[in-house]
Amino acid sequence: MQQNSIIRVENLSIGYEDKVIMRDLSFNIPKGDIFIIMGGSGCGKSTLLRTLTGLIPAKAGKIWIQNIDFINSGTKEKLEIMKHSGILYQSGALFSSMTLAENVALPLQQYTSYLPNKIRQIVSFKLALVGLAGYEDYYPSEISGGMRKRAGLARALALDPEIVYFDEPSAGLDPVSSRNLDDLILEVNKTFGTTIIVVTHELPSIFAIGKNGIFLDKTIKTISAKGNPNELLKNPPNEQVFEFLTRGVKYEKRTK
Amino acid sequence: MVEFRRDNNSIICILSGVLDATEHIDTSYTKLCDQKIQILGKDIKSWNTDFVILLFNSLKHISKNNITYSQLPKGMEKLLRLAFQTPYKENNNFQTKLSFLENVGNWGISIYRSAKKGTLFICDSLSALGRQFVKKAVYRRKDFWMVLADCGPKSISIVSLISFMVGLILAFVGAIQLKTFGAQIYVASLVTIGMTRIMGAIMTGVIMAGRTGASYAATIGTMQVNEELDALQTMGISGTEFLVLPRMNALLLSMPILILISDIMGILGGCFVCVVFWDIPLAEYIKYTINSFALTNFLVGVFHGIVFGLIIALCGCYFGVNCGRNADSVGTSTTNAVVYAIVWMIVMTGLLTVIFQMLGI
Repeated sequence: MQQNSIIRVENLSIGYEDKVIMRDLSFNIPKGDIFIIMGGSGCGKSTLLRTLTGLIPAKAGKIWIQNIDFINSGTKEKLEIMKHSGILYQSGALFSSMTLAENVALPLQQYTSYLPNKIRQIVSFKLALVGLAGYEDYYPSEISGGMRKRAGLARALALDPEIVYFDEPSAGLDPVSSRNLDDLILEVNKTFGTTIIVVTHELPSIFAIGKNGIFLDKTIKTISAKGNPNELLKNPPNEQVFEFLTRGVKYEKRTK
Repeated sequence: MVEFRRDNNSIICILSGVLDATEHIDTSYTKLCDQKIQILGKDIKSWNTDFVILLFNSLKHISKNNITYSQLPKGMEKLLRLAFQTPYKENNNFQTKLSFLENVGNWGISIYRSAKKGTLFICDSLSALGRQFVKKAVYRRKDFWMVLADCGPKSISIVSLISFMVGLILAFVGAIQLKTFGAQIYVASLVTIGMTRIMGAIMTGVIMAGRTGASYAATIGTMQVNEELDALQTMGISGTEFLVLPRMNALLLSMPILILISDIMGILGGCFVCVVFWDIPLAEYIKYTINSFALTNFLVGVFHGIVFGLIIALCGCYFGVNCGRNADSVGTSTTNAVVYAIVWMIVMTGLLTVIFQMLGI
């Protein structure tokens, strides 16, 4: 057992209702890591993320987050864990009836007893961190998709979390915005030492930010490779990983 | 023209002349899937994709290794090669036929599951409703005022209009019957009792189910699609308190007032008919209205309204929260919210009527 791992998963099975999508997932995520959950479409990446964040129950196995048994813990402990994690949803998931400032303020109002004035200051600061200074009073419908994601990130960072989950951060973004978001992820990781878990199949992002990761294989329903994506590309452990990381180059044709 | 010729072990398909969708293809040859087939072009004058579609559909069972092409126009050969590149699969997405008993079983399980889910939701919501008086509930006051404005003041005009019409209809129908006894003046009593005791509440309920219940389901359903409900949950905020509670409060507050308005408008509608069409003096109508008005009836109506408000809010929010993750399911949820709200309102009306009857109210 690694002492410094912030999330530890053992023999986890995930799925919906009667269906198991992935089984026997075991991995460690060290503190301060940028951990990529890779895999083809529909392989269960998002389901894994939803299980890790407690949105759907695990089918079997164990999850430890900050050395607390996440699956068997009570609602209060779960809340305590969730307080230390932020999530950036695929669509941003900003509440459309609230301004950006109100969106970012919501977790602060929920978990802290700060006075409104202090909350407003924190909100402005977090929005500025993601490059949205001055957008406090805009509604989510009035800004672009990339800005919405950044605002979502500001909300995820509101409570200075130790873990931030990203669900397909580059989905629906143009290459430049996507790159900017990647830089922002790196920046957050470096500045705050935040552990970052990213679910994505966007290759440029994977190579740009990934320090560590797992590859979920739909055909065998479990992890087929672990490690740094760049290393995985150099020494592909199997056909699926190689094809995935090279955007479909046939395994037999690899230049080695 | 399409011709088939047998040659040793293989079949030759000869294409010639003008090829289009009117071509007849002899299917007796093309059904043999393990036959080798050669598609041969012989002075083809013209062809179009309609013909290629026709040809593909009659040859689609044949695997690509068994097909050879010769002397075909370039585009046509390319199209055919592309079309045949993946082996044809019989529609494998069929549902295995279930026996009658299995169907009944599945039906029973799904009813049990949704009943359990619904009951849990109702218990959760009602306990949140009670809890808010004990401890501060987590919802934004601004949200509450917004939904209240929507289901209160903004609904007055439509409720007034419909209630006026209902009063009008009641008076018309009643007056025609009562006229045969020369007792037209009792139309005033009929309208007053009818509107205050039940019609006001039912009409308001139906309008609010269509207006507000549907909007709750659609709003919350879209939030589900947009992962906003997930975000709430992972922020540790109870969706019941944050979304359901303000909506319940708003409806419970506005229903009694809307019913009062509905009652008044209904009586005015009756008055309008009597005075304008049946020449009953206004003073007479007012006198009979006051005589037949009973506070009990009015309170029974308001009580119905409160129950209806609860039903509408619960149905709207339940179907919103349990919405799927695509646009289609938002539509289904909205429909369900309105349909279930109306059905449950009618069921509750029946129940309440029996109960009040037994209590002698």
